[in-house]
Amino acid sequence: MLVLAKFGKDKAAVLGALIVLGVVIVALMAPLLAPYPGDVAASHLLSRLKPPSFEHPFGTDNLGRDILSRIILGSRGALMIALMVVGVAMLIGVPLGLIAGYYPGWMSETIMRVTDVFLAVPQLILALALAQLMSPSLESAMLALTLTYWPFFTRIVYGEARRLKVALFIDALECIGAGKARILFLHILPNSISPIIVRATIGMGFTILVAAVLGFLGMGATPPDPDWGLAISESRQYLPDAWWFSTFPGLAIFITVLGFNLLGDGLRDIVDPRLRRSR
Amino acid sequence: MLGFILRRLLLVIPSLAGLLILTFFLIRVVPADPAAALAGENATLAQVAEIRRQYGLDQPLYVQFAVYLGQVARLDFGESAYSRRPVALDIKERLPATLELTIAALAFATLLGIPLGTVAAVYHNRWPHLLLRIFSVGGIAIAAFWFAIELQLLFAMQLDWLPLRGRLSPGLTAPPALTGFYLLDSLIAGRRDAFANALSHLILPAFTLSLGALATISRFTRAGVLETLQKDFVTYERAQGFPPWALIWKFVLRNSVVAAVTQIGLLFGGLIAGAVVVETIFDWPGIGFYTVQAILTADYKVMLAVTLLIGVIYALVNILVDVVHGLIDPRLREED
Repeated sequence: MLVLAKFGKDKAAVLGALIVLGVVIVALMAPLLAPYPGDVAASHLLSRLKPPSFEHPFGTDNLGRDILSRIILGSRGALMIALMVVGVAMLIGVPLGLIAGYYPGWMSETIMRVTDVFLAVPQLILALALAQLMSPSLESAMLALTLTYWPFFTRIVYGEARRLKVALFIDALECIGAGKARILFLHILPNSISPIIVRATIGMGFTILVAAVLGFLGMGATPPDPDWGLAISESRQYLPDAWWFSTFPGLAIFITVLGFNLLGDGLRDIVDPRLRRSR
Repeated sequence: MLGFILRRLLLVIPSLAGLLILTFFLIRVVPADPAAALAGENATLAQVAEIRRQYGLDQPLYVQFAVYLGQVARLDFGESAYSRRPVALDIKERLPATLELTIAALAFATLLGIPLGTVAAVYHNRWPHLLLRIFSVGGIAIAAFWFAIELQLLFAMQLDWLPLRGRLSPGLTAPPALTGFYLLDSLIAGRRDAFANALSHLILPAFTLSLGALATISRFTRAGVLETLQKDFVTYERAQGFPPWALIWKFVLRNSVVAAVTQIGLLFGGLIAGAVVVETIFDWPGIGFYTVQAILTADYKVMLAVTLLIGVIYALVNILVDVVHGLIDPRLREED
C-alpha cells in the first residue's frame, strides 16, 4: 500500500498509468469503439483524402477509409506485438540471466558474451536484417524483435542474481539444503522482479516504436492492416496536402509510447530508492 | 594509463569475435538457401549450383568461416548488388555523411542538454523540472520517422524555410573532399555558398536525430548535478558566499558530468542506428540510407558489412568512453 501511495503522488506516473489503461481499453473494445469498424479492409474511393470533419474527425486516407477508426483498430496490433515480443523475450532472457548470474564459470561467460554481442549491434538494424532474412512479414518482424530484446532481460537479471547470490538468506537456504532450482526460481527470481517489471514496461513502449519503424519500412505489417507505422509510410506520397493522414497515426504512436514510458519511469523511481531521493 | 587502454582493447576482442560469428550465422545459416538468395529470384538451378560453388557454399561450415574471416580481414566485402560497386568503396564514400550528421546531432544534444539538465536540477521540484521531465520522456517516446515527416511538412513544405531532403541543393557542386564533411570542406575551400547550403540541409535531420540524445543527456546531467548539490563541499562554498551560478559553473558541473559523458558515448551507437531512419526520410546519402536500401533489396553483402561496421564503431566508442572516464576519474584506472 505504501507503494501505491507513493505512486499516487507521482503525477507523471499516474498520467502514464491512465494512458496505458486507456489504450488497453480501446484495444479491447476496438470494434465497438471505432465509428467505421469495417474500414480495416473496405475502400470508399469517392471520399478519399477528406480533411477532418464531423463524420471523420481525423479525416480519411488514400482509400477513403476513416483514419480514426483505423487508429482505434490498429491499437490491437500494436499492443499484441508488444506483449508477445516482450513476453517471449522475458521467457528467454530471465532464465538465462538467472543461470549466468548464479553459476560462475564457462556457462556464465558464454551466456554473457553472447548477450554482449547482441547488445553491440543496434536493435533496429539487427531486427531489420533478421526480418529480411526470414522473408518480410509481421511474424518475422515479431520474431526479429524478440531475438533482439531478450539480452536486456538477461543483463538485468544477471546483475540481480549476482547481487543476491551472496546475500545471507541465500546462504541460509543453501545450508538447509534447498535445491538450486528452488533457490533460483523461488527466491532469487521474486527478489529481482521489480527491475524486470520496469524493463518490461519500458520495453513495451520501445517495441511499439521499433515495430512502427519496421511497418514504416515495409518490413512488418502488410496492407490492408490498420498498422500505425504502415499508415504513416502510405501517407508520404500525399503530403503536404493530406497532413492529417500522417499526423494522427503518429500521435497515436507517441501517446501510447509516452504512456508506457511515464509508467515505467514512475515504477523505476518507486523500485529504486536511490533514485527517489533525487526526485 | 597505457596499460589501462590496452586492457580495455583486449576486452573488446571476445565481443568482436562474437560479432563475426553472429554475422556469419546471419548470412550463411539463417536463410534456408543462401546460394538461392544470392542468385536472385529468376535464377535457374544450374546458376544456383554455380553460385554455390563460386562462393564456397558447398564447403563445410568451418572452412566457410575461415574464408569469411580472411575476407573481413582484407575488408573485402565483395560487390554490392544494388550499386554494382565494391561495398568497401561505397561505405568509405558514405561514412563521412553519416558521421557529419551524428556528430552535429550529438553536439546539439550536448550543448543544449547539459544547460537544460542543470537548470532543471537547480530549480528542483519546480516548473523547469516538471517541464524537463515531460520533455525528456516525450523525447524518447516520439517516433523519429514520424517527427521527421512532420518537420518536413511544416518547415520544408508549408513554410519553405528549409530544404526538404539531401545534403546539398542540386546544381551546387560539392566542395573538394578532404574530410568528407561538407561543413568543414566548404570552409577549407572558402565556399561560403556551399557552407550555408550544407548547413541549411543539416538542420532538420540533425535536430530529429538529436531528440533522443537530448532527452537522455539532460536527464543524466540533472541527476548528476542534483547529487553534487547535496555534497558538503557545495554547502561549504555556499557558506563562503560564492555566487550560486559561479559555484555551479566552477565546481558542481565538473563533478557531475561523469554519468552524462558515459551516456554521450553510449548514445553514439544509438545515434548511428537512428541515422538509419532519419537518413531514409531526408534522403541523406550516408550509411543509414545505404543500409535500408541494402535490407530492402536483400543485398546480403552490404547488410553484413554495415552490421560489422556499426558493431565495431560501437565497441570503439565504448573503449573511448572508458578511457575518458579514466582521465576524468583516476580512481577508475586503479580498479582492475
